[in-house]
Amino acid sequence: MSEIGKENIIVEKENKTKNFLKILLNGIIFENPTFVLMLGMCPTLAVTTSFTNAIGMGLSTTFVLIFSNLIISALKNIIPNRVRIPSYIVIVATLVTIVQLLMQGYFPDLYNSLGIYIPLIVVNCIILGRAESFASKHNPVESIADGIGIGVGFTVALSIISIIREFFGNGSFLNIQIIDNKYHIMLFVLAPGAFLVLAILTAIQNAFRIKKDKSVINCNNDCMRCGLRNKEEE
Amino acid sequence: MTFLMMLISSALVSNVVLSRFLGICPFLGVSSSVKTARGMGIAVVFVVFISTLATFLINKYLLEVGGIFGIDLTYLQTIVFILVIACLVQFVEMFLKKYIKSLYNALGVYLPLITTNCAVLGVALTVVDNVKYPTLIYAIFYSIGTSIGFFIAIVLLANIRERIEYNDIPKAFEGKPIVLVAACLMSIAFYGFSTLNIGG
Repeated sequence: MSEIGKENIIVEKENKTKNFLKILLNGIIFENPTFVLMLGMCPTLAVTTSFTNAIGMGLSTTFVLIFSNLIISALKNIIPNRVRIPSYIVIVATLVTIVQLLMQGYFPDLYNSLGIYIPLIVVNCIILGRAESFASKHNPVESIADGIGIGVGFTVALSIISIIREFFGNGSFLNIQIIDNKYHIMLFVLAPGAFLVLAILTAIQNAFRIKKDKSVINCNNDCMRCGLRNKEEE
Repeated sequence: MTFLMMLISSALVSNVVLSRFLGICPFLGVSSSVKTARGMGIAVVFVVFISTLATFLINKYLLEVGGIFGIDLTYLQTIVFILVIACLVQFVEMFLKKYIKSLYNALGVYLPLITTNCAVLGVALTVVDNVKYPTLIYAIFYSIGTSIGFFIAIVLLANIRERIEYNDIPKAFEGKPIVLVAACLMSIAFYGFSTLNIGG
């Protein structure tokens, strides 16, 4: 094989890993399912009363997401276009049943505390949304990357919310008591706390975005030193 | 009297949206005006009632040990129920389109969205797993109570949102955050119902 051919293969490989990482990061940060896309709100609000529950829910959703993305992108040419949504639902429901039975067998405590929200992963908009908008248009490797990215993004978001709620509501982290019983704010582990924490987190995010936008609008006509222009030139 | 208590407790005390977090997506997504919220609410009442009826009977006569097959098939609940609900929603849509035009015009847009509403699957799964609902009549009352709870919550939120439109709110809270704060306050208000001791 000639030198040029070898180089091409290496460049192609590098491009592939770069693409993989790009899709991964996209799922975790730029298209974070909870904070940016606002999808899958039911489990986000319901299971975030403790850190363990949140991690359990996040990981089971990630598992379902990776495999549903893989299967759907592998079968995308076989599934007829008209019955694609029912086929996706059957695939996702099968995977959810697998998770449900595994969890019941190996982690009965977690299974009991998550309860009805495990089978409800089937109707989590994130999974069907990714199947429809990503997996049905990309190859299996990219779809796995997307599944991992979105799944990790979801898990991270759930963990952040649950750490805040558990700390203020129960005064604990991973069942280790940090704050004395007297100073708990019960509201945070009850239903209203879930709405409140999510509202404040989204508001903080909005505030950052507004700040960023302002720097664009308040142009002082000093184009030579303007950060935006330098970025474009690079 | 028990049934009346059941209606109140499932609609208000343990409200499906505000204390059990089922059906949050349409609750936040389709509540920007009272008219659409009302349409969505009625469609949910309709579909939850029919799908609970169907899934309860299917579970009792096909999946459980005492059913036709004589073996325990309850591990298939999730797959069977979601497919039954999806088919049923399609069927209801076709039926309404053909025979009850006026109702179709009012609900048509919302029906396809309901398949992915967790409240529908959630109610179906709660009813078959809970010993509190042994017969069909209990299941029916529970499903009606729960879906009325959804209707109340979404219409109230839509009313609040229409009033928020004319108010000055901090820039960072515009859009979704203020809706979540409104939902939080509603949730606190509904929490007051839990002091009602009606044994539901």
